[in-house]
Amino acid sequence: MVVPLEHVIALSMILFSIGVLGVLFRRNAITIFMSIELMLNAVNLALVGFSRYYNSVDGQVFVFLVMTLAAAEVAVGLAIIIALYRNRQTVNIDEINLMKN
Amino acid sequence: MVDIVFWIIVGITIGSAFMVVQSKSLLYSAYALLFTFVGVTGLYVFLWADFLAVVQIVVYVGGILVLIIFGIMLTNKITSVNISHASVQKGIGGVVVLGIIGVLGYMVFITPWNQLAATEPEQTSATIGRLLMMDYLLPFEVASLLLLGALIAATTLSRKEN
Repeated sequence: MVVPLEHVIALSMILFSIGVLGVLFRRNAITIFMSIELMLNAVNLALVGFSRYYNSVDGQVFVFLVMTLAAAEVAVGLAIIIALYRNRQTVNIDEINLMKN
Repeated sequence: MVDIVFWIIVGITIGSAFMVVQSKSLLYSAYALLFTFVGVTGLYVFLWADFLAVVQIVVYVGGILVLIIFGIMLTNKITSVNISHASVQKGIGGVVVLGIIGVLGYMVFITPWNQLAATEPEQTSATIGRLLMMDYLLPFEVASLLLLGALIAATTLSRKEN
Protein backbone atom coordinates (compact mmCIF):
# COMPACT_ATOMS: atom_id res chain seq x y z
CA MET A 1 0.00 0.00 0.00
CA VAL A 2 1.27 3.49 -0.89
CA VAL A 3 0.41 5.94 1.84
CA PRO A 4 -0.41 9.36 0.36
CA LEU A 5 1.89 12.17 1.48
CA GLU A 6 -1.12 14.25 2.54
CA HIS A 7 -2.11 11.60 5.08
CA VAL A 8 1.35 11.60 6.59
CA ILE A 9 1.44 15.41 6.86
CA ALA A 10 -2.07 15.55 8.33
CA LEU A 11 -1.21 12.88 10.88
CA SER A 12 1.99 14.64 11.81
CA MET A 13 0.05 17.89 12.20
CA ILE A 14 -2.52 16.25 14.49
CA LEU A 15 0.20 14.67 16.63
CA PHE A 16 2.04 17.99 16.90
CA SER A 17 -1.14 19.81 17.93
CA ILE A 18 -1.86 17.20 20.61
CA GLY A 19 1.66 17.75 21.90
CA VAL A 20 1.17 21.52 22.04
CA LEU A 21 -2.13 20.92 23.84
CA GLY A 22 -0.33 18.88 26.48
CA VAL A 23 2.42 21.44 26.98
CA LEU A 24 -0.08 24.26 27.39
CA PHE A 25 -2.78 22.51 29.43
CA ARG A 26 -0.88 20.33 31.87
CA ARG A 27 1.05 21.56 34.85
CA ASN A 28 2.96 18.43 35.77
CA ALA A 29 6.50 18.72 34.44
CA ILE A 30 6.66 15.04 33.45
CA THR A 31 3.46 15.26 31.40
CA ILE A 32 4.93 18.29 29.64
CA PHE A 33 7.96 16.15 28.93
CA MET A 34 5.86 13.43 27.36
CA SER A 35 4.08 16.04 25.24
CA ILE A 36 7.43 17.30 23.98
CA GLU A 37 8.25 13.72 22.98
CA LEU A 38 4.95 13.63 21.07
CA MET A 39 5.91 16.78 19.18
CA LEU A 40 9.36 15.38 18.35
CA ASN A 41 7.70 12.22 17.07
CA ALA A 42 5.35 14.26 14.90
CA VAL A 43 8.28 16.07 13.31
CA ASN A 44 10.11 12.77 12.80
CA LEU A 45 7.05 11.35 11.09
CA ALA A 46 6.88 14.30 8.69
CA LEU A 47 10.61 13.97 7.93
CA VAL A 48 10.27 10.26 7.18
CA GLY A 49 7.29 11.01 4.95
CA PHE A 50 9.23 13.61 2.99
CA SER A 51 12.24 11.33 2.68
CA ARG A 52 9.93 8.65 1.29
CA TYR A 53 8.28 10.90 -1.30
CA TYR A 54 11.42 12.67 -2.47
CA ASN A 55 13.30 9.38 -2.85
CA SER A 56 16.12 10.53 -0.62
CA VAL A 57 17.32 8.95 2.61
CA ASP A 58 18.72 12.25 3.97
CA GLY A 59 15.50 12.90 5.87
CA GLN A 60 15.96 9.64 7.77
CA VAL A 61 19.44 10.75 8.83
CA PHE A 62 17.86 13.89 10.30
CA VAL A 63 15.35 11.70 12.15
CA PHE A 64 18.24 9.70 13.56
CA LEU A 65 19.89 12.88 14.85
CA VAL A 66 16.58 14.14 16.29
CA MET A 67 16.25 10.86 18.21
CA THR A 68 19.74 11.36 19.65
CA LEU A 69 18.74 14.85 20.71
CA ALA A 70 15.53 13.56 22.28
CA ALA A 71 17.45 11.00 24.33
CA ALA A 72 19.88 13.64 25.59
CA GLU A 73 17.03 16.00 26.36
CA VAL A 74 15.14 13.39 28.37
CA ALA A 75 18.23 12.45 30.39
CA VAL A 76 19.02 16.03 31.40
CA GLY A 77 15.39 17.03 31.82
CA LEU A 78 14.55 14.16 34.14
CA ALA A 79 17.69 14.88 36.15
CA ILE A 80 16.49 18.47 36.56
CA ILE A 81 13.00 17.29 37.54
CA ILE A 82 14.39 14.90 40.14
CA ALA A 83 16.69 17.59 41.55
CA LEU A 84 13.70 19.92 41.69
CA TYR A 85 11.57 17.31 43.46
CA ARG A 86 14.30 16.74 46.01
CA ASN A 87 14.43 20.45 46.84
CA ARG A 88 10.78 21.50 46.56
CA GLN A 89 8.78 18.22 46.90
CA THR A 90 6.72 19.09 43.83
CA VAL A 91 6.94 18.81 40.05
CA ASN A 92 4.00 21.09 39.29
CA ILE A 93 5.29 23.98 37.27
CA ASP A 94 2.84 26.48 38.75
CA GLU A 95 4.19 25.80 42.25
CA ILE A 96 7.79 26.33 41.19
CA ASN A 97 7.89 30.11 41.35
CA LEU A 98 11.16 30.72 43.15
CA MET A 99 12.18 33.49 40.78
CA LYS A 100 8.78 35.19 40.67
CA ASN A 101 8.53 38.65 42.30
CA MET B 1 -6.48 -5.65 4.23
CA VAL B 2 -3.32 -3.52 4.36
CA ASP B 3 -5.50 -0.42 4.31
CA ILE B 4 -7.36 -1.64 7.39
CA VAL B 5 -4.08 -2.25 9.21
CA PHE B 6 -2.91 1.24 8.28
CA TRP B 7 -6.03 2.91 9.62
CA ILE B 8 -5.91 0.81 12.80
CA ILE B 9 -2.33 1.99 13.36
CA VAL B 10 -3.36 5.60 12.71
CA GLY B 11 -6.21 5.21 15.20
CA ILE B 12 -3.93 3.73 17.85
CA THR B 13 -1.37 6.50 17.36
CA ILE B 14 -3.78 9.43 17.58
CA GLY B 15 -5.98 7.88 20.27
CA SER B 16 -3.11 7.03 22.56
CA ALA B 17 -1.45 10.42 21.91
CA PHE B 18 -4.66 12.03 23.10
CA MET B 19 -4.68 9.71 26.12
CA VAL B 20 -1.17 10.89 27.01
CA VAL B 21 -2.40 14.45 27.19
CA GLN B 22 -5.75 14.02 28.89
CA SER B 23 -5.23 11.06 31.22
CA LYS B 24 -5.60 11.90 34.89
CA SER B 25 -2.93 9.48 36.03
CA LEU B 26 0.71 10.06 35.13
CA LEU B 27 1.43 6.36 34.87
CA TYR B 28 -1.44 5.85 32.44
CA SER B 29 -0.04 8.71 30.37
CA ALA B 30 3.31 6.92 30.23
CA TYR B 31 1.67 3.66 29.14
CA ALA B 32 -0.34 5.50 26.47
CA LEU B 33 2.92 7.02 25.26
CA LEU B 34 4.17 3.46 24.72
CA PHE B 35 1.31 2.83 22.29
CA THR B 36 1.99 6.12 20.51
CA PHE B 37 5.62 5.14 19.97
CA VAL B 38 4.63 1.70 18.71
CA GLY B 39 2.04 3.28 16.40
CA VAL B 40 4.63 5.67 14.97
CA THR B 41 6.90 2.66 14.46
CA GLY B 42 4.15 1.03 12.42
CA LEU B 43 3.85 4.17 10.30
CA TYR B 44 7.61 4.13 9.70
CA VAL B 45 7.22 0.60 8.38
CA PHE B 46 4.50 1.82 6.02
CA LEU B 47 6.87 4.54 4.83
CA TRP B 48 9.63 1.99 4.18
CA ALA B 49 11.93 3.29 6.90
CA ASP B 50 12.91 -0.14 8.22
CA PHE B 51 16.05 0.94 10.07
CA LEU B 52 14.30 3.84 11.77
CA ALA B 53 11.45 1.60 12.87
CA VAL B 54 13.89 -0.58 14.79
CA VAL B 55 15.74 2.46 16.17
CA GLN B 56 12.43 3.97 17.27
CA ILE B 57 11.60 0.86 19.30
CA VAL B 58 15.10 0.61 20.80
CA VAL B 59 15.60 4.29 21.61
CA TYR B 60 12.10 5.49 22.45
CA VAL B 61 10.48 2.45 24.03
CA GLY B 62 13.65 0.93 25.46
CA GLY B 63 15.33 4.14 26.53
CA ILE B 64 13.22 7.25 26.76
CA LEU B 65 10.01 5.66 28.01
CA VAL B 66 11.84 3.66 30.68
CA LEU B 67 13.57 6.87 31.80
CA ILE B 68 10.24 8.70 31.98
CA ILE B 69 8.66 5.91 34.03
CA PHE B 70 11.69 6.02 36.34
CA GLY B 71 11.13 9.76 36.67
CA ILE B 72 7.48 9.22 37.57
CA MET B 73 8.34 6.56 40.15
CA LEU B 74 11.04 8.73 41.71
CA THR B 75 8.99 11.89 41.96
CA ASN B 76 5.64 10.46 43.08
CA LYS B 77 4.52 7.91 45.57
CA ILE B 78 3.52 4.83 43.62
CA THR B 79 0.61 4.14 45.93
CA SER B 80 -1.10 7.41 45.07
CA VAL B 81 -1.89 6.65 41.45
CA ASN B 82 -4.29 9.55 41.19
CA ILE B 83 -1.69 12.28 41.16
CA SER B 84 -2.90 15.85 40.97
CA HIS B 85 -2.59 16.63 37.35
CA ALA B 86 -5.08 19.39 36.77
CA SER B 87 -5.24 21.69 33.81
CA VAL B 88 -4.42 25.38 33.89
CA GLN B 89 -5.39 28.25 31.59
CA LYS B 90 -7.70 26.33 29.29
CA GLY B 91 -8.96 29.40 27.45
CA ILE B 92 -5.67 30.90 26.29
CA GLY B 93 -4.21 27.45 25.64
CA GLY B 94 -7.17 26.49 23.46
CA VAL B 95 -6.84 29.66 21.39
CA VAL B 96 -3.10 29.06 20.90
CA VAL B 97 -3.65 25.41 19.86
CA LEU B 98 -6.41 26.39 17.41
CA GLY B 99 -4.13 29.08 15.99
CA ILE B 100 -1.31 26.57 15.49
CA ILE B 101 -3.68 24.10 13.81
CA GLY B 102 -4.94 26.90 11.56
CA VAL B 103 -1.48 28.11 10.54
CA LEU B 104 -0.18 24.57 9.93
CA GLY B 105 -3.29 23.53 8.02
CA TYR B 106 -3.16 26.64 5.84
CA MET B 107 0.54 26.09 5.15
CA VAL B 108 -0.05 22.45 4.21
CA PHE B 109 -2.99 23.43 2.02
CA ILE B 110 -1.27 26.18 0.01
CA THR B 111 2.08 24.42 -0.48
CA PRO B 112 2.37 22.54 -3.79
CA TRP B 113 3.78 19.17 -2.76
CA ASN B 114 5.46 17.93 -5.92
CA GLN B 115 6.10 14.36 -4.88
CA LEU B 116 8.07 11.97 -7.04
CA ALA B 117 6.68 8.69 -8.22
CA ALA B 118 6.95 5.97 -5.59
CA THR B 119 9.90 3.66 -6.12
CA GLU B 120 10.37 0.10 -5.02
CA PRO B 121 11.13 -0.37 -1.32
CA GLU B 122 14.74 -1.00 -0.49
CA GLN B 123 16.74 -1.51 2.69
CA THR B 124 17.81 1.83 4.08
CA SER B 125 20.36 0.87 6.72
CA ALA B 126 23.33 0.73 4.33
CA THR B 127 22.44 4.10 2.81
CA ILE B 128 21.93 5.71 6.22
CA GLY B 129 25.27 4.37 7.41
CA ARG B 130 27.05 5.72 4.35
CA LEU B 131 25.39 9.14 4.70
CA LEU B 132 26.23 9.33 8.42
CA MET B 133 29.88 8.46 7.83
CA MET B 134 30.39 10.67 4.78
CA ASP B 135 27.94 13.54 4.19
CA TYR B 136 26.78 14.01 7.75
CA LEU B 137 29.94 13.17 9.65
CA LEU B 138 30.14 16.53 11.45
CA PRO B 139 26.54 16.45 12.78
CA PHE B 140 27.15 12.85 13.81
CA GLU B 141 30.23 13.81 15.84
CA VAL B 142 28.47 16.82 17.34
CA ALA B 143 25.57 14.57 18.36
CA SER B 144 27.97 12.16 20.05
CA LEU B 145 29.60 15.05 21.95
CA LEU B 146 26.14 16.27 22.94
CA LEU B 147 25.23 12.82 24.26
CA LEU B 148 28.43 12.69 26.30
CA GLY B 149 27.71 16.15 27.71
CA ALA B 150 24.14 15.19 28.51
CA LEU B 151 25.27 12.03 30.33
CA ILE B 152 27.75 13.94 32.48
CA ALA B 153 25.21 16.70 33.13
CA ALA B 154 22.51 14.22 34.14
CA THR B 155 24.74 12.40 36.62
CA THR B 156 26.00 15.68 38.08
CA LEU B 157 22.50 17.10 38.43
CA SER B 158 20.83 14.10 40.00
CA ARG B 159 23.64 13.16 42.39
CA LYS B 160 23.14 13.90 46.06
CA GLU B 161 25.48 16.57 47.34
CA ASN B 162 27.63 15.34 50.19
